[in-house]
Amino acid sequence: MTKRDLIDEINTRFPHLSHRDAEVIINAIFESMVDAMGQGDRIEIRGFGSFVVKHRRAREGRNPKSGEIVSVAAKRVPFFKVGKELRLRVDGKASPKGSG
Amino acid sequence: MTKAEIIARIYEKVGFAKKDATDVVEATFEIIKGCLEKGEKVKVSGFGNFVVNSKRPRKGRNPQTGEEIIIVGRKVLTFKPSQILKKSLNSASS
Repeated sequence: MTKRDLIDEINTRFPHLSHRDAEVIINAIFESMVDAMGQGDRIEIRGFGSFVVKHRRAREGRNPKSGEIVSVAAKRVPFFKVGKELRLRVDGKASPKGSG
Repeated sequence: MTKAEIIARIYEKVGFAKKDATDVVEATFEIIKGCLEKGEKVKVSGFGNFVVNSKRPRKGRNPQTGEEIIIVGRKVLTFKPSQILKKSLNSASS
């Protein structure tokens, strides 16, 4: 499933919204999540999972081909931890209405 | 940030009725979950991909008792962030 399929699905579920509306809302959802993480915020979606931003310190790396030492700058990386309900559902261990 | 805050942002940003914003946000996560539950991957351009991977059973050990146990095979969800997301975390501040 891609974002386009997701928009189509929303469009069939909510016929009073136009396809464009569905697209605008879906984009706004993910943009607001990207913005939140950009500010170092943690996102927690109950039953789905949480997104946290982890910090990686600057380090010395090596170009594996030439063996040359290069400095790798400090960076922030996004990290997703799956929530309990979704973890169980993916593993086929819980009903869609399961708790968690 | 919680689901309620995402809804509030959409409401502010694009000015849809609060009910519509709430319903669509709820439905979006539910659709994604239903898809992943079927083992299908979900690709959101500009955000990342959610992929279900199968883990084979393997031997493990209870670190406390030293007892050998079989860790059963299972399906796990992984998230691979998009380049766009990774870049935006490193351009803004920090």
